[in-house]
This record gives sequence, C-alpha cells and structure tokens, in this order.
Amino acid sequence: MDLQYFAELFLGGLTRGSIYALIALGYTMVYGIIELINFAHGEIYMIGAFTGLIVATVLTFAGFPTLAVLVLASVAAVVYSSCYGYTMEKIAYKPLRGAPRLSALISAIGMSLFLQNYVLLAQTSDFLPFPSLVPDLPFWEPYAHIISSQEIVIISVTALVMILLNLLIKFTRMGKAMRATSQDREMAMLTGVDVNRVISLTFIIGSATAALGAVLIASHIGQINFYVGFIAGIKAFVAAVLGGIGSVPGAVVGALVLGWTESFFTGYISSDYEDVFAFIFLVVILIFKPSGILGRSETQKV
Amino acid sequence: MKRFVSFTAIVALVAVFAGTGIAADTIKLGVGGAHSGDLASYGLPTVKAAELVVKDINAKGGILGKQVELVVEDDVCKPEVATNTATKLVDQDVKVVLGHICSGATKAALSIYNKAGVIAMSPSATNPELTQSGEYPYFFRTIASDDAQARLEVDFALDVLKFKKIAVLHDKGDYGKGLAEFAKKFLEEDPRGEVVLYEGITPGAVDYSAVVQKIKRTGAEAVIFGGYHPEASKIVTQMRKKRMDTVLISDDGVKDDTFIKVAGEYAEGVYATGPKDVSKNPLAIAANKAHQDTYGAEPGAFFLNAYAAAQALLNAVEKAGGTEDIDAIVNALRTEPVDTPLGQIKFDERGDAIGVGFSVYQVQNGVYVEVQ
Repeated sequence: MDLQYFAELFLGGLTRGSIYALIALGYTMVYGIIELINFAHGEIYMIGAFTGLIVATVLTFAGFPTLAVLVLASVAAVVYSSCYGYTMEKIAYKPLRGAPRLSALISAIGMSLFLQNYVLLAQTSDFLPFPSLVPDLPFWEPYAHIISSQEIVIISVTALVMILLNLLIKFTRMGKAMRATSQDREMAMLTGVDVNRVISLTFIIGSATAALGAVLIASHIGQINFYVGFIAGIKAFVAAVLGGIGSVPGAVVGALVLGWTESFFTGYISSDYEDVFAFIFLVVILIFKPSGILGRSETQKV
Repeated sequence: MKRFVSFTAIVALVAVFAGTGIAADTIKLGVGGAHSGDLASYGLPTVKAAELVVKDINAKGGILGKQVELVVEDDVCKPEVATNTATKLVDQDVKVVLGHICSGATKAALSIYNKAGVIAMSPSATNPELTQSGEYPYFFRTIASDDAQARLEVDFALDVLKFKKIAVLHDKGDYGKGLAEFAKKFLEEDPRGEVVLYEGITPGAVDYSAVVQKIKRTGAEAVIFGGYHPEASKIVTQMRKKRMDTVLISDDGVKDDTFIKVAGEYAEGVYATGPKDVSKNPLAIAANKAHQDTYGAEPGAFFLNAYAAAQALLNAVEKAGGTEDIDAIVNALRTEPVDTPLGQIKFDERGDAIGVGFSVYQVQNGVYVEVQ
C-alpha cells in the first residue's frame, strides 16, 4: 500500500530491533558459554547508561565538543560496566558453577534486584534527562524525518559489533577457546584452555556491548532511570530466545524480527496489543522451531 | 502474701489500662500513597502537607483536646500493594485516611476502607468512577475528576486552538485510559472535532516511533495524551525528532516539573491541564511559606490539595466530636465549609469537592504558565 509509510515503519522497526540486539548479544554469549540466563544483564546496561550520563554531563560542562563527549562517555561506560560484569561473575556465578543450574539462575535474579536497588539508593528514583550525544548533521536534515542520524548510528554500531563478535569467535585463538568451552567445558579444560579466563572475557564482552548500547539508546530516547534495564532486558532476552539463544547472529536476527513485528503490528493494526502480538509470535516460532530461528538443537548427553 | 500478689496484679493491670488509655488518646490521621518508586514525586508532597497541618493543629492544642498523630504507609502507586497498605492502616485503628495518590491504587485501597468503615480523601486520584459510581460512600477528594480535565482539554483544542483532527492516546492505565475515553467521547459528540486515531501505548517501552509515524500519517493537528510524564516526554521527543510540529495536550500527570526537566527543549509549547492557580490565596501563600521554612524547598505536586484535604478531614473530625461516628464525619464534610488554600470548600453527595477546578497551562521558556 503506502510505500513511504511502509518504509518508515521498516526503519523504525530496524532501529528498535538494533536496540534489542545490542542488549541481546550479551545474553546470548553468556548463555552460549555457561548456559546461564544472566538476568542481571539488563542492570549492567542500566549502569552503563548512568555512567554515560555522569561522564557526559561532566564533559559537556567542561566544554568538550559533542563528538568527543560521545566517544569518551561510551568508553567510560564500557570500562565501568565491564568491571561490573567481571566482578558480578566472580561474586555471584563462579562459586555456583558446580551447583545445579537453578541456583545460578536465582543468584542472577538476586544480582539483578541488588543492582537495581543499589542504583535506586545511590542515585535517584527520578527520571533523568539524557543529552542527545549524536549531533543532527545539517546535510542530513531533508531526510531526518524518515531516519535520524542517531538511528543510523545505532543501526551501524549494531551491525559492526555483530560482525566483530563473529570474527572474534570464528578466527581468533580466544574465539576458538570460547567455542571449545561452549561445546564441552571439561574437555576444553583438559586440553589446556583457561576456562576461567574465557568465562570472564565473555562477561566483559557482553557487558561492554550492553554499555555501548546503553549510551546510544539513552541518547536516542532522552531519559533514563534505575528501572530501564529491566524492561529493555526482558525484551532483549525474548529476542535472544527467538533467534536461538547461544548464537550471535541469532540474537541479531531475533531482535530484528521482534522489532519489525512490533513496529508493523503497531503501524498497521494497533499498539494496544503490541506486546501480546510480539509474544504470540514468539510462541508460534518456538512451537515450530523450539531452538529458535538460528539455534541448533542439541542432543542431550546422558 | 497471696493477697499482696493479687493486689500488685490489680495495680499492674490498672497501670496497663491507664497506659493504653494514654496511648489511645490521640486522633490518628492515616496517610497512604506513593512515597517511593517512579511516582514518588506525586506522593511525598502529601506527606509533607499532612505533617505541616498536623504540626499547626497540635501547636494550637490539637482537636477536642487530643493530639493528632500521623500514620504514614507507602503504596508505591501499585494497586496490589495498596490493599496491604490499606489493611495496615485499618489494623492500626486509623479511621480517616489522607490518600491515596494514584487512581488505581486508591480504588484498590477503597475496597478495604469500605468494609472497615474508614473515610479516605485523596488529593490527586481523578478517576471519575471513584465518586460517580456511588460504590464508595466514604470516599472524598479535593481534586476535580478526569472528565472535568478531558472536557477542558477538548474545549481548549476546539474553541481556542481551532483544531479539527485530533489523535487520542493513552497509557492503558486506569488514569490515562479513563481520561482518554472521556476525551474521545466529548470529541465524537462535538461536530467540529474528529478523532483520527485512538490508541493505547505500552508504558516503559524503549521507543514509540511506530505510534509516532501513525500519528503523522493521520495528519492529526494535536495529540491528546492521557497518562504520566515519562511516556509523554518520550512521545513529544520522538515527534519533534521526526520533525513533526503536532501539538501535545495532556493532563496533570504531565503537569510536573520533571516533565520539563526530562523533555528539555522539546517540552516547549506543550499544553497540560492542572489544578487552578491559587497562588493569590493568602492561605496558599502561608502553606507554601510554611513548606519553604520547614523543608527548605518549594512544595511538589498536589501539595495544596493535600493540605486542604488534611484540613477538611480534621475539621470534620472536630465537628463530629471524634472518630467514633463515621456518619457524623461524612455529614460534617458535606455541610461544614472549611477555609483552605484552595478556597472555601465542602463536598457534594458523591464526594467531589465543590469549588475546585482545572486550568490549561503551557510550557513557555521552561516553566508552566497558566493560559488565559
């Protein structure tokens, strides 16, 4: 029907999908390595957004140019969140590595609540304005009503992060170690892979992508509070499951499918049942493909 | 020896009774509402208003010779928590409650208060059903209901701004949806207006670009939004980023300084309805000054409504001669006018305050200014 409207919804869904994808990557990588659904991942994202806000405010105040603020705030958020991700794994998950999977899951939920309340108490319960860190370019102005420069940045960063992660996993020594750990942890250990280091690194990479996403997304939406990680995290988790949890391209595909589903459904039918429809779609896909769109079904070892 | 023991026991018992007698000799005013969480900024000013009114009354010797005691309980603006909050207040022998704040939570709490025969007066719950359904005879409020706001928003859009095509959005909550439904009804009744879009959005979603595109496609001149400021600021920000100049008209859930702070430059020009400006009323000036002196800050949302509600409740308790006879208090609320920062008020049969209303405000240079 109306082609421009379709294109706008398509691009809107693409942005929304990319937002979900940046967060979903962390879920899927951690699951791929240690089969843990890291519920505190959304909180790492939220902490990244807060760090970005604090650094951006200070730097803007000190008179740095916008682009420098964007880069430095992202770097600070990435470093800070990675530290949190690393520490979280050491405190909450490593001691439970031999325990049943349910114990680690509960520990993850506990970690999520702890971090949420910690930021609530240490910072504020109010919504805070987040400055727009990606400048509107003058030459892009005629097209800005279709897709803004911020949205372009989000989409390209997601694509870039996904490609880099894929290269890392497929072609580096560390990637090989990651794949080995994911396939069989004990066997990997026997062949000399430092499993602890691999797991730590996975958490660091996952947290870094979440923090990067947090700065870009918060700058796009314009507001944050201590609860943003939870809602974004749930949607990203759904995206990861939809795409096949454990698979990096799967997380991106799942996120895009979810973004488009929501966008088109809202655009052509109604936003009242946006979530309902998104989850019906999830159920239907999982009925026909239980391991997700790009997930491989594994035979359980007895 | 035996006699001595029983004697001491009696003395001890008397002492215990005397003790409880002294402890019970206060009048308890419950305060229920959102005191933490996302919407704490709506609930905390009410606690402060109650503290100031009670301090004032206690300094003058209390009511009927008794001191007034505040019992404050948090409901986080959640209906499922509010029933617990209400039960806690009822268990502590509270007979009059100032609260709750959010409409959904208030409705949940009222089911408990109704059974227990407890009077509740909200400074901010504007859902029309609370008074119009007749289900809650012990409920009162010092704020006009949502249909009053919707009426004003629609009249403003049609009469003053002369718009025809209007999109109505809401956040699917009790408060926002109730308001949006009234706005839609009033627009459909009026031949000048046309509802080009009526939709609910998901609160807390990461972005609203699809809904914003939809608004753009319908060619709406204005959006009437029923809901709170976090969603309103996201919608207006995304509309402006899509280079749309559609006017946003919203309600007192948006008429909060947090909205201006979060939406920043995009907040400029947004209309929101809110309680009438009473800043010239000497009692309001005095109440604001007391707040400034005690807490060292400007009062927050619904402060004066809460102040008036606390005064009206305690006045009615005094006129009824205590908290034993609930019907006498209800009667006093309906018949005895009280001078409050909102003007002289009493309550109608349904529980709405007579003489309390709304005005339209617009964000101009970073502050809400009353539109004449």
